[in-house]
Amino acid sequence: MSEQVAGAAQALPLKKIAKGETLLEVRNLKKYFPVTEGILFQKAVGHVKAVDGVTFDIKKGETLGLVGESGCGKTTTGRCILQLERPTAGEIVFEGVNLEKLNSKELSPMRQKVQVIFQDPYSSLNPRMKVASILGEPMRVHGVYPDTAKRNNRIAELLNYCGLPSKFADRYPHEMSGGQRQRVGIARALCLNPDFIICDEAVSALDVSIQAQVINLLEDLRNEFGLTYLFIAHDLSVVHHLCDRVAVMYLGKLVEIADSDELFDNPMHPYTRALLSAVPVPDPSKEAQREHQVLKGEVPSPLNPPPGCVFHPRCTLAVDSCRVGIPPLRELKPGHWVACTEV
Amino acid sequence: MPRLLEVENLKTQFETGVGIVRAVDGISYYVEEGETVAIVGESGCGKSVGAMSILRLIPDPPGKIVDGRIMFEGRNLLDLPDSEIRKVRGGQISMVFQEPMTSLNPVLTIGLQLTETMILHLGLNQEEADKRAVELLGLVGIGEPERRLKQYPHQFSGGMRQRVMIALALSCKPKLIIADEPTTALDVTIQAQILELMRNLTKDMGVALIIITHNLGVVARYAERVIVMYAGKIVEMGTAMQVYHDPHHPYTIGLLNSVPRMDLHRGRRLVPIEGQPPDLTRLDQGCSYRPRCRWAIDKCAASFPPLEAVNGGQVSACFRKNELEKDLKSAS
Repeated sequence: MSEQVAGAAQALPLKKIAKGETLLEVRNLKKYFPVTEGILFQKAVGHVKAVDGVTFDIKKGETLGLVGESGCGKTTTGRCILQLERPTAGEIVFEGVNLEKLNSKELSPMRQKVQVIFQDPYSSLNPRMKVASILGEPMRVHGVYPDTAKRNNRIAELLNYCGLPSKFADRYPHEMSGGQRQRVGIARALCLNPDFIICDEAVSALDVSIQAQVINLLEDLRNEFGLTYLFIAHDLSVVHHLCDRVAVMYLGKLVEIADSDELFDNPMHPYTRALLSAVPVPDPSKEAQREHQVLKGEVPSPLNPPPGCVFHPRCTLAVDSCRVGIPPLRELKPGHWVACTEV
Repeated sequence: MPRLLEVENLKTQFETGVGIVRAVDGISYYVEEGETVAIVGESGCGKSVGAMSILRLIPDPPGKIVDGRIMFEGRNLLDLPDSEIRKVRGGQISMVFQEPMTSLNPVLTIGLQLTETMILHLGLNQEEADKRAVELLGLVGIGEPERRLKQYPHQFSGGMRQRVMIALALSCKPKLIIADEPTTALDVTIQAQILELMRNLTKDMGVALIIITHNLGVVARYAERVIVMYAGKIVEMGTAMQVYHDPHHPYTIGLLNSVPRMDLHRGRRLVPIEGQPPDLTRLDQGCSYRPRCRWAIDKCAASFPPLEAVNGGQVSACFRKNELEKDLKSAS
């Protein structure tokens, strides 16, 4: 970006990560939310295992897609990486620093480097703040561009990057359409020059024609600033379009991870297969020929997940051993990991 | 045989502080018995308002159906007295709404909500209605129907609630079901379950289905005919094959080019439709799509192009509908 960021980020002895090297490692991440009973004397009666032992890494410059249905733990994984939730167990290593060992003061410079774009452009912007304050506040807090005039220049520049005219700085969120708001959300994620952006359902709330505009914007920004994305989404067509690698989650666990082309051409886990078959493609002749495998039943409660492989009650390949042992992720092809013993 | 439903020049408007919103602006289409028709378009194009107008579910004020006819089984629904339209609602025409969380009454059991409709429309007694409710829940794939009938909506998951809604919609043996974004709030695998269920049941019972959706994939998989709407007007209409493989309106072409597709190679750049949908209070007499259209000419500003036949029943509202294809071919 145009000007070097001053301030705290440079004081940290962070090693510079080159493109293609590991930027983020998530090791055996677990996040359990206690379920309590009683008002005065609360006691935990169980745990919702939102994320239960998830391991993956992201290389610099790459876009990893994290897919799964509601309640599978994909958003919680993102929130743990952002340190908006402290994990129950496991490590999150960003640029070689284990974030779990840092206190909130030490985390502050890390937070500049990891940013997020939320799903709902209506509720993720403060309705009482003008765009200029929404974008300016993080810079002020982190001591980036302390000078007001420079900061305003920077705000105009960010808006232009995101395809909005500079005069939008004076607008309130309600004066903009959904697509424009999401562009402001993207500008906000960019304002501290991050290395890594988590896009949590960033295009899901948008209409088809506007969604395409925002997807193209995310691609352009990735190329221009060498960004790394974790793209959390339930829409597999968008993930297929944007992501280099894809990880599939089911009920708090990672069931499959592979390069995007490999995963979509050759899905191995029975859940991934069912998921891909459930997504209709916009072509009636292809749809007429496609085999539609409809998954029976629903996702079980994460409060009381089934023993063994969490997918076995809905799985067509399940055998007795699936009800007992938790299948580990196995590398069946170079870079293609599957948590299933029957494929 | 007359057509099951014929909508003619329907106009629905809303009075707002900033002017009159012409949400539905003169649409005409038909639905044959037993067929599945999809109405597609983006938010605010009038697809839901158009469907709600069929059952006169538009809150008045601020909304008003100002013109048109809705012929259903030989009667104009817009002329019926309130007592008569109530018999049509849930009786011959029923609806499945988007939000399974809000479209069931949270303080009544599922059983009560199912049987109430049948007692009212079919004249069954409580015992007969209970029996049929058990059958219906079984039909839509809900296990242990006797026990489930005594439960409240919050005890059902989103997918299960949508199954209840379908059971409710089917309960009075309607001729037509209008499903307004029936699976938008659901996960993909549940979406597939629900759509498959709706397709099988409507086929088995010979019920016609209008699916309102913004998802072009869902349309391709389930619909026989497609109606594309933009800014309150129908811009293109035809069979799914015609509209997807041989689109004749710039907006349809724009929509198809802007969806990310799992079935095509990665690395393809999306071609979005530039700009924003228009403000419905400030539409002029010209084509409402022309500010975003790369084929727009002076003529497009003068009047709205009429829906005219392209081939084999397909119609398009574009002055240059026959030049688009040639243009696209020479470009690629």
